Amino acid sequence: MVAKIFRPILCRCVAVVAVLAIALGLAPIGQAEAQLRIEITEGQVAPTPIAIAEFTGPDGNVTAVGRQLTQIISDDLESSGLFRPVDSAAFIDPPKAPSVKPNFANWSPLGVKGLLVGSAYIDDAGMLQVEFVLWDVVIQRNITAGGGNADQSGLRRLAHQIADFVYEEFTGDSGYFDTQIVYVAESGTQSRRLKRLAIMDQDGHNHRYLTSGLDLVLTPRFSPTANEIAYLNYFNDEPNVYLFEVATGRTERLGSFPGMTFAPRFGPDGDKLIMSLAQDGMTDIYEMDMRTQSINQLTKSASIDTSPSYAPDGNRIVFNSDRGGSQQLYVMDADGSNVRRISYGVGRYATPVWSPRGDIIAFTKMANGQFYIGVMNVDGSGERLLADGFLVEGPTWAPNGRVLMYFKQEPFEADGSGGATHVYRIDITGFNERRIVTPSDASDPAWSPLLR
Amino acid sequence: MFQRILAIVAATFLFAACETASEVGGDSASTSSASSASSASSSASAAKTEADKLAEVGNTVYFDFDSSELSENAQMTLNRQAAFLNVNPTLVIVVEGHADERGTREYNLALGDRRATAVRDYLLAKGLNSARVRTVSYGKERPAVEGSTEAAWEKNRRAATVLN
Repeated sequence: MVAKIFRPILCRCVAVVAVLAIALGLAPIGQAEAQLRIEITEGQVAPTPIAIAEFTGPDGNVTAVGRQLTQIISDDLESSGLFRPVDSAAFIDPPKAPSVKPNFANWSPLGVKGLLVGSAYIDDAGMLQVEFVLWDVVIQRNITAGGGNADQSGLRRLAHQIADFVYEEFTGDSGYFDTQIVYVAESGTQSRRLKRLAIMDQDGHNHRYLTSGLDLVLTPRFSPTANEIAYLNYFNDEPNVYLFEVATGRTERLGSFPGMTFAPRFGPDGDKLIMSLAQDGMTDIYEMDMRTQSINQLTKSASIDTSPSYAPDGNRIVFNSDRGGSQQLYVMDADGSNVRRISYGVGRYATPVWSPRGDIIAFTKMANGQFYIGVMNVDGSGERLLADGFLVEGPTWAPNGRVLMYFKQEPFEADGSGGATHVYRIDITGFNERRIVTPSDASDPAWSPLLR
Repeated sequence: MFQRILAIVAATFLFAACETASEVGGDSASTSSASSASSASSSASAAKTEADKLAEVGNTVYFDFDSSELSENAQMTLNRQAAFLNVNPTLVIVVEGHADERGTREYNLALGDRRATAVRDYLLAKGLNSARVRTVSYGKERPAVEGSTEAAWEKNRRAATVLN
């Protein structure tokens, strides 16, 4: 079954703002935004109160699609822990259209910093038409505006994109709501675990399975375009890295090598992929040219070298090695030279992932019979542990480098039951840990880049 | 203006919830009636017999935490395996390397590979032809004993020799 989907594209549109600005006698966008900035890195912040008026139709009345859109936007912003959408029951006389200047006297008393107003309706051609304006209630100006249209199936993505606009205006960072998660859906008892690739929006909606579960699959990772997923597949009981094309479902084994390939990750441009190749008991890191599928060996030692991850500029690679006697984190140049150890704390360190911002590295740590998710600076200093448990593993970054996702497994019972395994996300401040709801147990999450 | 639409074609994948068909149990032998002993069923029962013999000899060796070193016990088991395989020269084996759940997934895949290779290399040193043995690592994906206890973990840090 092939469904045709119009991909929603939402534009922050200078033209719209200019028209509005002229009509309303306001200054154009871009002059005042700084005073509302939320600084996320300095510990827990009080969520910013914001009013989101339900989007209206051409007649000024709230529409069904408008109600859906505003609920999704509100849920997104609330889930970040940085915003507190105010109950709409407290609203007095919300503007009937995005072109109408709000009466700020009605909004200041609510304590809100921002007011989002918009229109959303299905036009005669059956297309969803959306416009919005974000007002700064403090300085009484519109700070961003935009609009777009989509097939009605694109409603959720349009809402996520608007939420990203709002997030961006208030935090100065790009958002992460218009993203997807690929992960491994798990079912069955401990020794007969059925594992399938599954994909969903970052809020858990639009969930679907990508593989049948006939073959064991592990560790999916998105390409930089989110169009492809590299993962470990036990086809014919031979574990190798495969590529899954999201749009078509086509799978392809990446190269053919004597031994097991695993632990794949794309380079920042998608033209390269790094992975491990285990051969004769030795596991080294190789770089693959995605056009020719030729490989280049980067590490050469009798130790286990695995879980490589590129820096966002592609110039360095962080990886996991037991060359010093136990699992620790190492950084090397992208050509394999200049290897230096960066982790020196108590315990064993694994699964390093370089932040998209480049400044820190997330990892799994094992110490004192517990597992931890943590972050450290690129030189190994400044270690902070964010989450812990019987087993927490496999951090993955939101594209803005502000939020981590990982999975947590509870202990199994002697009959193979128990072992609840779920995906969680947490701010890099260590606050706002939330479980992502999935239809079954879930592990090995990978966060997509912002969709385009 | 801002109405920019990009059309993409996305396929919808609907997989029926696939449960794996019946796992290999003891049912294949029960179907072979005394009257019609086909070649297929006789070879199946023969393979089962060889697997039983291998199990009696000892098809599994165990490892310390984060180690692929073959203990004295493990070496004794592998000596018996090698002798058994040398007198059964048609048998082809797969050595499966496994880890307990107290490690990260990717590292444990490498550790399982290391354990399987240690067993393979030991058997090769005892005269097994390399064409008769293949290794595969399952990391922490296929525990032999369920439960999250030290006793279970000890039994899951293993390399199992299975007939191909």
